[in-house]
Amino acid sequence: MGARIRHGVNLTATVLAALTLVVVLIPLASILVTAFQRGEAALTSPGFFTESPANPCSPRAGTVCHYGGIAPALDGTLALVGLAALISVPIGLAAAIFVVEYGRDRPSARLITASADVLSGVPSIVAGLFIYTYMAANYPQIVFSALSGSLALSVLMIPIVTRTAEEALRTVPNSQREAAEALGITKWKATLRITLGAALPGIVTGVLLSVARAAGEAAPLLLTAFGNNLGFQGFTQPSDAIPLLVYDFATSPYQNWIALAWGAALTLIVIVLGLSILSRLVLARMARRLRGSA
Amino acid sequence: MRLANPFRTLLRRPSQGRRRWGDLAFRGIVTIGAGAVVGVLVAILWILWTGSSQSRAAFGLGIVTNPTWDITTNVFGLLPMIDGTLLTSAIALVLAVPIALGSSIFLTQLAPKALPSALKAALAQVVDLLAAIPSIVYGFWGLFVLVPYMRTTVDPGLRSAYDRLGNLVAPTVHAVSPGASAWAGTHSPFTGTIIGEDVLSASIVLAIMVIPTVAAISRDALAAVPIPQREAALALGATNWEATRRAVLPYARSGIFGASILGLGRALGETMAVTLVIGNGLAPPTSLFNSGSTLASLIATQFSESTGPLEYSVIIEAGLILLLITLGVNIVARAILWRFQSPGGAGGD
Repeated sequence: MGARIRHGVNLTATVLAALTLVVVLIPLASILVTAFQRGEAALTSPGFFTESPANPCSPRAGTVCHYGGIAPALDGTLALVGLAALISVPIGLAAAIFVVEYGRDRPSARLITASADVLSGVPSIVAGLFIYTYMAANYPQIVFSALSGSLALSVLMIPIVTRTAEEALRTVPNSQREAAEALGITKWKATLRITLGAALPGIVTGVLLSVARAAGEAAPLLLTAFGNNLGFQGFTQPSDAIPLLVYDFATSPYQNWIALAWGAALTLIVIVLGLSILSRLVLARMARRLRGSA
Repeated sequence: MRLANPFRTLLRRPSQGRRRWGDLAFRGIVTIGAGAVVGVLVAILWILWTGSSQSRAAFGLGIVTNPTWDITTNVFGLLPMIDGTLLTSAIALVLAVPIALGSSIFLTQLAPKALPSALKAALAQVVDLLAAIPSIVYGFWGLFVLVPYMRTTVDPGLRSAYDRLGNLVAPTVHAVSPGASAWAGTHSPFTGTIIGEDVLSASIVLAIMVIPTVAAISRDALAAVPIPQREAALALGATNWEATRRAVLPYARSGIFGASILGLGRALGETMAVTLVIGNGLAPPTSLFNSGSTLASLIATQFSESTGPLEYSVIIEAGLILLLITLGVNIVARAILWRFQSPGGAGGD
């Protein structure tokens, strides 16, 4: 082949590859622009974070439609994700400590790692179905409750916390563990104070990622927290959540509710992208510190 | 005597008993946590298995080939949903892999030197951020932006393009094989009323959602190719594209394949986005413009409308089947990725 043809092919391939990158970015841009255009009015209306949704209303001559706010859903999301984090972070951390500090490459440690990997592939709707079926068989009075919702979310969070904490603990140099041992510090104190301290940025990253994932989930909550219009009413009662509000209102025929759903979707995007970016910054800082100490 | 050997005092551990109990208790606690991870996985399988017992007793294995979902006669077949799940995920993968791979190739191999590496890193991060956007937001966007666009522009365009292509090649195909021509004439994938909320829209939303997964992991696979591999090709006078195609891509092949399978695993279980755009019809789709259901969207929509214990049990079985499919796909993907990661031992994990 002539050199000119070969360079032409090279140029074509480069341009095509660049185009695919553009194609990847188009939906992101469209989602952000759409959510902003359609959600901005509701999001910036007074009381968006402090009021309940307004009554359904479609604009007619002479009527003014109010949006109201997403306060009940916001309360619900905070409570659901908060309890789910309280459940999943200790379990995930304990599993990671078991794998890295006690199990090093033994079959039991590999089983935990593999289970966490498999668990991270469980579809979120199946996590909800699992908790629903379990609660319906054992605690039928509180099947649809914030507690069920938090349990379903923690099924999704545990593998994320486990795997990221595991990676973080592995980056702690063995010399630190050996130094602690040489000083005569007991293993559990050394693990809690020294190893966990050194791995903290990585662990925080994992927790932030798991919270971001849980905050955006609607599917498991449809079957567990179920949703109501009152927000969080205690852990034995059904609870609303932002993703549930988006689902309910997006499929409603009322224009002010749809606008409120866009505002809620925009809020969700900001929360989730904010947490993801924050976790990356924490991770980048850790990488810098590791390079600095090496 | 005690002073004679100072090492003895060093070695003697103070409060030996308390220390051992502390370690034992801590070890016990972390073992319980570790056991909980395995326990949850086992519990999911067990609970869904026992919860679906009524459905399995009523319909047996035939439920996966039964196309009827009829509440009035209590007949529940899952074939339309299994069809819908596999079809939407397969189309999504066919659309997503070339685009995701292209973007990864650009960012790791073909981007011009003039492009600052900070910008490339930033673009890679932005692609990764797409994975963080919640499923419900993709669905909301799909329902209000993608579906109207499909209904007014893409779907009619596809249909007329298919018809024109058909008219163009029909005489030739008919001359070669009259049967094939007749089959193609009656089996257009683009028939039926165009509603926009259909199998094709769901597939496209799924493709958009799995692109970041496939892009991120195939980018890792491309970045893991040893640099001399590429530089040797360039030193022989290969262009950037030739080095990528002949030296880099073959090396990263299994990683890219693993990335695709992992993307498939994600597509199979997606719920909210699909539920909002697929139309939730319960009959088997015969065209890409038909509404349909996936196993996940069936659970989301029929759960609250469920009429009795048998239907609940069938929905739980749908969850069990979905779980087994996704677990199988994920385990295959992990096995492939693990094989490609282990020889280099990169990162030590």
